[in-house]
Amino acid sequence: MRARATALKLEAVHKSFGSVEVLRGVDLEVGEHEVVCLIGASGSGKSTLLRCVNLLERIDAGRIFLHGEEITRRDVDVNAVRRRVGIVFQAFNLFPHMTVLRNVTLATSRVLHKPRAEAEAEATALLERFGLADKRAEYPDRLSGGQQQRVAIVRALAMQPELMLLDEVTSALDPELVAEVLNVIRELADGGMTMVIATHEMSFARDTANRVCFLDAGRILEQGPAEEIFTHPREPRTQQFLERIIAAGRL
Amino acid sequence: MSADAETGRGDRGDRRSRILGDLRGTRNIGIAVTSTVVFFVVVAVVIANSAGWPEVRKAFFDRKLFGDSFPEVGHAFLLNIRIFCIAEALILVFALAIAVLRGLPGPVLFPFRLLAVLYTDLFRGIPTILVIYILGFGAPALQLSGVPNSPLFWGVTALVLVYSAYVAEVYRAGIESVHPSQEAAARSLGLSRAQTLRYVIVPQAVRRVIPPLLNDFIGLQKDSALVALIGPIEAFRQSQIDVAATFNYTPYMATALLFILLTIPLARLTDWLIARDRRRQSAGGAR
Ligand SMILES: Nc1ncnc2c1ncn2[C@@H]1O[C@H](COP(=O)(O)OP(=O)(O)OP(=O)(O)O)[C@@H](O)[C@H]1O
Ligand SMILES: [Mg+2]
Repeated sequence: MRARATALKLEAVHKSFGSVEVLRGVDLEVGEHEVVCLIGASGSGKSTLLRCVNLLERIDAGRIFLHGEEITRRDVDVNAVRRRVGIVFQAFNLFPHMTVLRNVTLATSRVLHKPRAEAEAEATALLERFGLADKRAEYPDRLSGGQQQRVAIVRALAMQPELMLLDEVTSALDPELVAEVLNVIRELADGGMTMVIATHEMSFARDTANRVCFLDAGRILEQGPAEEIFTHPREPRTQQFLERIIAAGRL
Repeated sequence: MSADAETGRGDRGDRRSRILGDLRGTRNIGIAVTSTVVFFVVVAVVIANSAGWPEVRKAFFDRKLFGDSFPEVGHAFLLNIRIFCIAEALILVFALAIAVLRGLPGPVLFPFRLLAVLYTDLFRGIPTILVIYILGFGAPALQLSGVPNSPLFWGVTALVLVYSAYVAEVYRAGIESVHPSQEAAARSLGLSRAQTLRYVIVPQAVRRVIPPLLNDFIGLQKDSALVALIGPIEAFRQSQIDVAATFNYTPYMATALLFILLTIPLARLTDWLIARDRRRQSAGGAR
């Protein structure tokens, strides 16, 4: 692997919900411009891991660093951290009472305090880049799932984050809409965006990820280049998981 | 979007007017008009021919007395309008503050949550008329300096206190009905908790609770008459005076008519607001 600056680093991260320990000591390092895919069975903690990095969940033990700065300190400004980390959810979570344009400019104008004209111009440019220019005045409910998810990606991108977290962004989509969203993510990867992507799309992971991490019961059991994980998994659990995926026709 | 969702939208659009139902096509409208006319003519004939009708008409629907008392009552009704316009404006803000207070997280803010809960429990529990009496007669009796003596002031205050408790609960239901993922999305963009409430949660909550909110306001409009009990001469009090002078109940009917005339447009306005919102967000397009 080439040497690069570390964008994100997790050290022995633990997270429990009540008595259920969901993350049981996760160590992970993500280099700048690197694309890391998290794979693993449902309930293995992928979403929780991403939410912890965005500080939507508070971790119980361990530390998380963003470009060398610890973001899990008690006195850290969570809003400032979230400005630097974009997250896109499985269920889009667009604001239904706002137009597409307002969805995208809400944070840039209210959090980054950009003047309205500037925020709108930037948002329009981004929407154009992802083929959504004609949707800027629409309300989210009137868009297809694929369009909504692309808007959600644009909304996160507008903050010019240092890191993007994508949580199964295609699993709520009809199969024919998956490709348009994956293409957007590929474009981001080609543009050098640092990303951590939880996904069930194994062929996408194989094409796009610099590294694939297999999450099992709250731990990263195995990680490496996509080719290696998919063709020569070392751990029996990883082998099992991939066999099930192949049986389901998803690889 | 799937075909199912499309149909769902269509249904919602058609449901816009419950009264008019599925009146489409000239033939249906013709049938509806005919049956309506026949129905009401029959009812009118039955009533006019029933035994006590002339007495009822004289006591409640005296045309001349109606004409005489209407301007007076109408003038007094302006006070009702003032009472509930001021009260409504204050309630909208105050109740929202209470609802937000009640939703504050964390152990440090527990006293505020407790306060909000106590407030709503208290003022929903006490009969409105009691609150009006306690404040309207009690507060001025204390003769504290700097505290207004006007019964009108205390009447409005009482209405604000009572109705804010109800409206706060309505707001709270609305706020809780907004899915937590909306908050997560807003916070993940770096919005503060207050900004999230202001731009994401409350606007969605308010849209959802417009019908129950309006319902409470209709109640408030009617209860503006209770303020009469501590002195101010609003429409109900004025009609009482007129009734006492004539021994005829027609002035009451005039007052009743005024209240009805006020609530109906409000109800239609709400229907329209809801329909507009729905059109905008889903079926009708962005305009
Ligand atoms: N807010 C919460 N409260 C309680 N338990 C939770 C909460 N969020 C997640 N969990 C539990 O944590 C475990 C891991 O959930 P998580 O959503 O991280 O899994 P995942 O790997 O993303 O699964 P999937 O592939 O189904 O999305 C699950 O058992 C889930 O029930
Ligand atoms: Mg998940």
